[in-house]
Amino acid sequence: MGTEKSQAAGAPATKRQFRIWRGDETGGDLKEYLVEAKEGEVVLDIIHRLQSTEAPDLACRWNCKAGKCGSCSVEINGKPKLACMTRMSTFTEDETISVTPLRTFPIVRDLVTDVSFNYEKARETPAFAPPPGVAPGDYRMQQVDVERSQEFRKCIECFLCQTVCHVIRDHEENKPAFSGPRYFIRAAELDMHPLDARDDRKEYAQAEQGLGYCNITKCCTEVCPEHIKITDNGIIPMKERVVDRKYDPLVWLGNKIFRRGQVPQTSVTSEHSPGAVRTPAAGPPGFHSHAGASHDPQAEAQAQAGVNWHREVPKPTAPTLDESGKLPLTELTFDRPAAPSPFGEDVTFPLPPEHLNYAHPEQDKH
Amino acid sequence: MTTTTRIERHHYDVVVIGAGGAGLRAAIEARLAGKKTAIISKSLFGKAHTVMAEGGAAAAMGNVNSRDSWQVHFRDTMRGGKFLNNFRMAELHAKESPQRIWELETYGALFDRTKDGKISQRNFGGHEYPRLAHVGDRTGLELIRTLQQKIVSLQQEDQREHGSYDARIRVFSETTITELLLDGDRVAGAFGYYRESGEFILFEAPAVVLATGGVGRSYKVTSNSWEYTGDGHALALRAGATLINMEFLQFHPTGMVWPPSVKGILVTESVRGDGGILKNSEGKRFMFDYVPDVFRKQYADSAAEADRWYEDPDNNRRPPELLPRDEVARAINSEVKAGRGTPAGGVYLDIASRLPAEEIRRRLPSMYHQFKELADVDITQEPMEVGPTCHYVMGGVEVDPDSGAAFGHVRGLFAAGEVSGGMHGSNRLGGNSLSDLLVFGKRAGGHAASYADGLASRPRVPVPAVETAVETALAPLQRDTGESPYVLQQDLQAVMGDLVGIIRREGELVDALARLGELRERVAKVSAVGGRRYNPGWHLALDLRNMLVVSECTAKAALERRESRGGHTREDHPTMDPAWRRVNQVCSLEGDIVHLDRKPLPRMRPELFALFDRAELAKYLTDEELAEFDALTEEER
Ligand SMILES: Cc1cc2nc3c(=O)[nH]c(=O)nc-3n(C[C@H](O)[C@H](O)[C@H](O)COP(=O)(O)OP(=O)(O)OC[C@H]3O[C@@H](n4cnc5c(N)ncnc54)[C@H](O)[C@@H]3O)c2cc1C
Ligand code: SF4
Ligand code: SF4
Ligand code: FES
Repeated sequence: MGTEKSQAAGAPATKRQFRIWRGDETGGDLKEYLVEAKEGEVVLDIIHRLQSTEAPDLACRWNCKAGKCGSCSVEINGKPKLACMTRMSTFTEDETISVTPLRTFPIVRDLVTDVSFNYEKARETPAFAPPPGVAPGDYRMQQVDVERSQEFRKCIECFLCQTVCHVIRDHEENKPAFSGPRYFIRAAELDMHPLDARDDRKEYAQAEQGLGYCNITKCCTEVCPEHIKITDNGIIPMKERVVDRKYDPLVWLGNKIFRRGQVPQTSVTSEHSPGAVRTPAAGPPGFHSHAGASHDPQAEAQAQAGVNWHREVPKPTAPTLDESGKLPLTELTFDRPAAPSPFGEDVTFPLPPEHLNYAHPEQDKH
Repeated sequence: MTTTTRIERHHYDVVVIGAGGAGLRAAIEARLAGKKTAIISKSLFGKAHTVMAEGGAAAAMGNVNSRDSWQVHFRDTMRGGKFLNNFRMAELHAKESPQRIWELETYGALFDRTKDGKISQRNFGGHEYPRLAHVGDRTGLELIRTLQQKIVSLQQEDQREHGSYDARIRVFSETTITELLLDGDRVAGAFGYYRESGEFILFEAPAVVLATGGVGRSYKVTSNSWEYTGDGHALALRAGATLINMEFLQFHPTGMVWPPSVKGILVTESVRGDGGILKNSEGKRFMFDYVPDVFRKQYADSAAEADRWYEDPDNNRRPPELLPRDEVARAINSEVKAGRGTPAGGVYLDIASRLPAEEIRRRLPSMYHQFKELADVDITQEPMEVGPTCHYVMGGVEVDPDSGAAFGHVRGLFAAGEVSGGMHGSNRLGGNSLSDLLVFGKRAGGHAASYADGLASRPRVPVPAVETAVETALAPLQRDTGESPYVLQQDLQAVMGDLVGIIRREGELVDALARLGELRERVAKVSAVGGRRYNPGWHLALDLRNMLVVSECTAKAALERRESRGGHTREDHPTMDPAWRRVNQVCSLEGDIVHLDRKPLPRMRPELFALFDRAELAKYLTDEELAEFDALTEEER
């Protein structure tokens, strides 16, 4: 048909070098493939070509091939990405492209991982609570008020943010207590929902979802294919408000939500923060690791061209508490004016640029 | 041998196959009716095709134009379907859609709002008033996520009450059903496999709801994902149910044709609703040349009037770019055939020159994003290259309109959503699918629950049927002499795309049937390499026989219907024939041979007839029917 014609009219197909992880939970390794790639194709096209030629049983999830369903998440050259949204033209012709499964979740086979962790966390997150007494059809909300939650509802549940988050990426032991960025924004979404009848979303995130483990490295925001500002618009406001409420004596007293007792507020301070107090039970992991998935030095180097995984990341510490183990309640009993900073007392803003994990949206282009 | 195969068994009251909008809504209803319910889906929970719907969900809420009502919506739907719709389904759909949409808000959905805080509604091809509830251009995602989260909330209730999330509603994701099992003429269960492990699983249940979506994978250029292999259609046929209207497939007029990374991906109609226009390679806005007489009254004949409509829809006629999809698809096809197409065989869709870049990004965020990332095309700067793409199947399981129960000789089988037939007639209006899913999903789920309640004894799954199902499923793995499933799929797609595509001819259809016959033999011998664990080759090998039987239904029905109507265009019979309007073509299966019968359409009730102008009806009805209509209106006077 016509399309074929114009393919022929475009640049001729070239052979490209791929390394794809093959195996299952008992082990496996990177297999080399030399595959044809045509102009305008994406990595998922190449995987499909492999399936229909030399590797018919190569396992890979996909549905929409349009960046809408979040099924095709893999790690490409060590960076978590949607295979259907990664254009071949973003690689140089002599570049070897490695495709590996999401590192944070158990392997099923080849590029498919067991992502049930996410569905379990989804089930634990309290659902929308409809406002009592408002009949269907009588919901009235202003566009400006729904937009904040709508940003989070753009989420396609690709779980790229979940796989990249260092709290669970190489820390199986944190999984039970930590829901991950996808579910922090779910809590944030409900918190900002104009008609949601619950008002303890933040406290819940803190006490039950492990929000305290997050030290705002922003890696989740970086990989989100929907460009949701997970950290800035979701996590940070949730953290700030929890501090506000803890700080308010009335809320503090009246709050029965803290089932796990005084979960200390974690926050970002610099590496050498003195006096960081941590309770062992809820303390966040002590170091940061974003090594990429493939253990392949070349891939690692490529990944780092985009994102600086090894930058010095601020260590989480608890805020300054008073003798009774609580946040100082008023300015009278506290040694500084105004409320304590949720980021810890010894952080000065703006943070030095090398502490930030920001990558320009067009970084792939170079 | 087979009896030693491990099979996991489950008992449920209602099993819903499919986790798209229709399946989830059905499951919610069955669970609310107190039934133990299973939801089964080929892909992960929340990834079904419904996710991809962009434009919106049609419901006559009248939030933007208060003149809208269910009667107007009903009229538009019948008109769009060229009066071949099951009128009762169209009626129920028009009446119940608003409640179904409002209900979603109580589950937590956040639609875009009007100034006074109600759900905003947008214009869409074929709808007289702004009617589509939407969230930017990701309405399907909102719908499926909302239903998914509602199911989670029901599970949380069960967790509190019974100590287990799965106590009364459980999701089996990445699980494919390959066979329905019958006890006599009653549904007794469903058999399938886990994709992850390749292990078999058997559901014993007296009631099954099919909500498996469509068939588009049989076509080369399609917006549909790998899931759309017509499984539900084929399962129904094999269980003794019937399919209607299988000749009607919707080719979306504006799928991307270039570059290849986005080939088949749709450009939502709202690009046209928001001002986008179609141009040929000569730069001409050609749609004015293609307004059929039936639509002259509603569509503008000059660019000036069309452009005024965006601001003042009450006093101007609509731009012809908003004609129903089949008209637009046909117009594009004609332009391309006349040599006025783009190099890739499409036409240009231009919004860049019509709206400021800022405005385009605000109104069509995910369109913008998608093209920027997938194809490096900036839609605010350059026109898109679009052409017809296989998108939606109007045909499907023949059901009772009120309950969704399948016709034919099987009991306990229900169908809703794209897999069911009749609602959309010969052509679906944009936005009517999402509301269809909700309206008939709820109905099917509710009726499946009461059917299960009303049974005196539970049907039993016969052991030999399970053994046969196991053998059939394992066969491709045990053969090593057959062809690769991927090759067979490509050949099938070539036959359907080239010979049973958007424009059809008798000779080609005959040819297609012969080739499908050959393919049937090759598919029966397909072999898959590798093991049982997450083996896509094996999965495709099993899907092929479904794709094949459904394709045969389409080709046979298309050959028989000697007229052009909606999603069925015959070059050798280019006009609509009122006599054919009274006929549904019904497919059934005997052995593995597809049978085609004719069946009269149900007769519309007088008060519904009275909603239309006589002049309009005259374009669709036979003289005989018109005389009846006149007699009716006579009586009323
Ligand atoms: C790109 C695109 C845009 C669209 N835009 C719109 C729009 O704007 N408005 C509108 O109204 N409609 C739109 N549609 C149409 C609409 O999205 C679909 O018709 C509708 O979502 C179908 O929903 P469903 O519930 O019937 O099935 P789906 O959502 O397709 O779900 C089918 C389910 O069945 C499961 N399944 C299938 N076979 C099996 C099996 N053998 N065993 C187990 N499970 C199985 C699948 O895994 C899946 O979960 C669009 C469609 C596409 C492709
Ligand atoms: S900001 Fe960093 S630590 Fe916090 S959730 Fe995101 S990736 Fe995890
Ligand atoms: S928030 Fe973004 S990265 Fe995380 S799951 Fe959703 S879409 Fe994916
Ligand atoms: S296949 Fe759906 S996001 Fe990639």
